[in-house]
Amino acid sequence: MAAVGQALAVLLVGLMLMVSGAQAGNEPSADGNGYQGADYWRDVTQGVSGYSTVKDLEAGVLINRSGEGWRQVRNDKVKPSGAWALSLTLLVLASAFLLLGRSRLREPRTGRTLERWKRLDRWLHWSVAGMFIVLAVTGLSILYGRHFLPDVMGETVFATWMQGGKLVHNYLGPLFLVCLLLMVLKWALRNRFTLVDLKWLVSGGGLFTREHPKAGYSNGGEKLWFWFLALGGLAVSASGLALDFPAYLGLREDLQLANLVHAIGSLALICGAFGHAYMGTVAVEGALEGMVTGQVDESWAKQHHELWYEEVKAKQAGQK
Amino acid sequence: MARMKFLCDSERCIECNGCVTACKNENEVEWGVNRRRVVTINDGEPNEVSISVACMHCTDAPCMAVCPVDCFYQTDEGIVLHDKDTCIGCGYCLFACPFGAPQFPQEGAFGQRGKMDKCTFCAGGPEEDHSAEERAKYGANRIAEGKLPLCAEMCSTKALLAGDANEVSDIYRERIVARGSNKGAWGQNLAYNAAGRKN
Repeated sequence: MAAVGQALAVLLVGLMLMVSGAQAGNEPSADGNGYQGADYWRDVTQGVSGYSTVKDLEAGVLINRSGEGWRQVRNDKVKPSGAWALSLTLLVLASAFLLLGRSRLREPRTGRTLERWKRLDRWLHWSVAGMFIVLAVTGLSILYGRHFLPDVMGETVFATWMQGGKLVHNYLGPLFLVCLLLMVLKWALRNRFTLVDLKWLVSGGGLFTREHPKAGYSNGGEKLWFWFLALGGLAVSASGLALDFPAYLGLREDLQLANLVHAIGSLALICGAFGHAYMGTVAVEGALEGMVTGQVDESWAKQHHELWYEEVKAKQAGQK
Repeated sequence: MARMKFLCDSERCIECNGCVTACKNENEVEWGVNRRRVVTINDGEPNEVSISVACMHCTDAPCMAVCPVDCFYQTDEGIVLHDKDTCIGCGYCLFACPFGAPQFPQEGAFGQRGKMDKCTFCAGGPEEDHSAEERAKYGANRIAEGKLPLCAEMCSTKALLAGDANEVSDIYRERIVARGSNKGAWGQNLAYNAAGRKN
């Protein structure tokens, strides 16, 4: 038995020596030839940068994997969710209109009007709104256009449309930011949230109640939209500026991030803008004329912005 | 049908940049744009490895997937080409490409990107073969002449191989066997292993 055990032990030791010998052969040799294939490949796929006579920003990088992640998020997440969000928003608004109908004036028009929006306010509003629409149409073309526009307008027109669209989108963006900033600065103070707004929001803006909740110059919903547009608009504009000047912000990781922020932010804003346009036109009688002419009827003011109405009336009485 | 591929044998590449020069000259690529480049990892060190890289003509090409104007197309031979008339220079293909292949000349105000330019596998573009328009926009169309890309054809050490994937891998397999891998094995480990070969 002991002899067998000895023989086994010798065999085992011999085997181990052979195995370790084989391993030693694969190990990096001392003279520096240690850059094995797998190590090299791993480094390259992880984006290690080397030397290149070509002097581009990323010329030394053989493989940059970041684009795969960006492609997946943009194509497989942002695009379908954005399409769903836009469609659902339109569906909700259409059903709201069918179920609730138009919010009419409860009292007949008095014929007396109050000034609600000064010329500068209206100018700012319609500048931002007009540019928003152009930017949204060209932006949505960039995100979704390739799936249906070539069939609709033909490939030549599509090429021209996208060429012009990109140019308009790139140049209008900074102008949009300027007008948005002016508008936000001018309207920020009057859009501070108060307890009245909280009550207004809790009661759902009187959507399902007969009684209209009290509101000042702006109601809770309008203030929500204002701050949503202010913050979202700034995020979209900031990321848009980065995309506008690729020569100055050339790192593709930054541009990929900017692109995603830009797309997600814009889609959310467009959904919000659908709601805002719906409320301002078909949903509430008498709302649009305020922003078109600057004047609203007293009965509209009393119904929708009672506290503001009383404030203005008190001021008028004081002047008399 | 052939499936066109590039392969760079890192054991043979000597970083002479002949491929870069051949490409630039053959395609008359515009100033500031390089369709091909040579990258040296560990430059000047004992483990130095050089590889020539350009568009790899991916099967599931990321540039094609993200292009907002859908200007890319793949030929029957798997070559990824694009239409410069449709390209709007948005740069999305560059965001997506793992190899940094798409190149943009700076055009117009504020350093805007011009139309994208990249390796065409010397296969021109959507215009009529060998027309003046094709020449001006995309450079050479050697494929239509039954020739392979000039970068590979002019490679002094035949490190850069271009052509049908099967033939390219056959050549490469022969090299690996000749280099004396004990099992005649070939693959990624030997493809990009300048230092680890058995003498």
